Amino acid sequence: MDSFWSTLAGAIGLVFSFDPDLMEIIGLSLRVTLTAVVLACLIGLPLGAAVGTFRFPGRTLIAVILNALMGLPPVVVGLLVYLMLSASGPLGPLRLLYTPTAMIIAQMVLVTPIVAALTRQVIEDLDREYSEQFASMGVGPVNRLFAMLWDARYSLLTVALAGFGRAVAEVGAVIIVGGNINHVTRVMTTTIALETSKGNLQLALALGVILLAIALAVNAAVMALRASAVRAAYA
Amino acid sequence: MIRRAFLALAATVIAGVMAGHPALAEDKFIIVQSTTSTQNSGLFDYMLPIFKKKTGIDVRVVAVGTGQAIKNAANGDGDVLFVHAKPAEEKFVADGQGVSRADVMYNDFVIVGPSSDPAGVAGSSDIVAALKKIADSKSAFASRGDDSGTHKAERRLWKAAGIDPSEASGDWYRETGSGMGATLNTGTGMDAYIMTDRATWIAFGNKGDYEIAVEGDEKMFNQYGVILVNPEVHSNVKADLGQQFIDWLLSDEGQETIAAYKVDGQQLFFPNAKKGS
Repeated sequence: MDSFWSTLAGAIGLVFSFDPDLMEIIGLSLRVTLTAVVLACLIGLPLGAAVGTFRFPGRTLIAVILNALMGLPPVVVGLLVYLMLSASGPLGPLRLLYTPTAMIIAQMVLVTPIVAALTRQVIEDLDREYSEQFASMGVGPVNRLFAMLWDARYSLLTVALAGFGRAVAEVGAVIIVGGNINHVTRVMTTTIALETSKGNLQLALALGVILLAIALAVNAAVMALRASAVRAAYA
Repeated sequence: MIRRAFLALAATVIAGVMAGHPALAEDKFIIVQSTTSTQNSGLFDYMLPIFKKKTGIDVRVVAVGTGQAIKNAANGDGDVLFVHAKPAEEKFVADGQGVSRADVMYNDFVIVGPSSDPAGVAGSSDIVAALKKIADSKSAFASRGDDSGTHKAERRLWKAAGIDPSEASGDWYRETGSGMGATLNTGTGMDAYIMTDRATWIAFGNKGDYEIAVEGDEKMFNQYGVILVNPEVHSNVKADLGQQFIDWLLSDEGQETIAAYKVDGQQLFFPNAKKGS
């Protein structure tokens, strides 16, 4: 228990030291993960809503595939993205390997299926409720899709947060495509892995506590945003 | 309200990505594919700022096992290769992937073990005899098992002892398949003997009751070499900047910098570049 409390104290001390290296690492973690989640939502929300709304052949198959892709192993995604971005890969000339952009791409690949699969379920349930109304009002398919996305926005916020949780905690993919380069692609999770491998377990754990606190802060911020929006809607 | 906040967030994030894109902000950098021992020991953190101050070149280190570093470099994903597995390095150059190879520095491997010393090898300086004792007593031995430079050296030593430990894999011979630090964490957790380079061991922070058991055998010599990735094979290689880094490593100043790096008063790497090479 001693080491637990001293670790916690160490973590708090670390945060309030405002160590520039640590701030840089936290900043990059947030930048990479938030960008990946926003991009994943831009793709995953309409995709999931389309699969949830429209009837077409192979729809169930796509739903099953989306659900299965939620379990994509990060290391495998890291390897795939590495092979694409490597100098001898098809996208090699873009020179994106070992940059934050490569990490964003990897996390986006991981998060998009989560957003799409969960969105599909939310929208499908909603569609069952409203489909007759939409039909009687003669609403076109695209308007119908966006009306439902808007109606389900609070549930979809939680969907985005699920994606954020996956991305911010992930180390297997970003360490392969980012390379954990100091001051360039070093984020919270890769720093934790590095310090663990150096045998600095206390420091690694303290960083883990900080990462948890960041996740908590982001979730609290989104929830506060949601609460104020709900209040505004009913005011 | 939410939509506006969301758009604002997206805009901020995208602006952040663009502004902070390192390739746009700073182009004078090279990528060095290297090994975990040079990174975990803190050598790069000490050495690279000195090099950058002199030349303005930012050296970006990708620290992985030697086997993976060589494969990454063979894919063209690096300008310089800085590892410790001489036969594999020479093959890399012979295959045309690298321009030429030069010795930079050395240290040595040691076997660390629990203070209880179940195989009775503590204090030995004969690695072959020690490995035989470990195998005979079936004492736990944690191997990297990842085709790294240390793993290659370890397999050479088992071969010299006439033992094929892979037959005991999963029994007393345990392959972690991970980096040096992870293997030390795992090995110390199961009272296993572990072969590690001295630099990583000295800088390692989770030693527990472990001590160096076997050291000082010349067979445990650990040579580091540096290679410029061949720009004729991989056109993206920054040959000029990479060569500047190699020249500096081999220069008097670079060699003195390596020698000056100490942890707890102990020198971790010993420069041995050939003069005029």
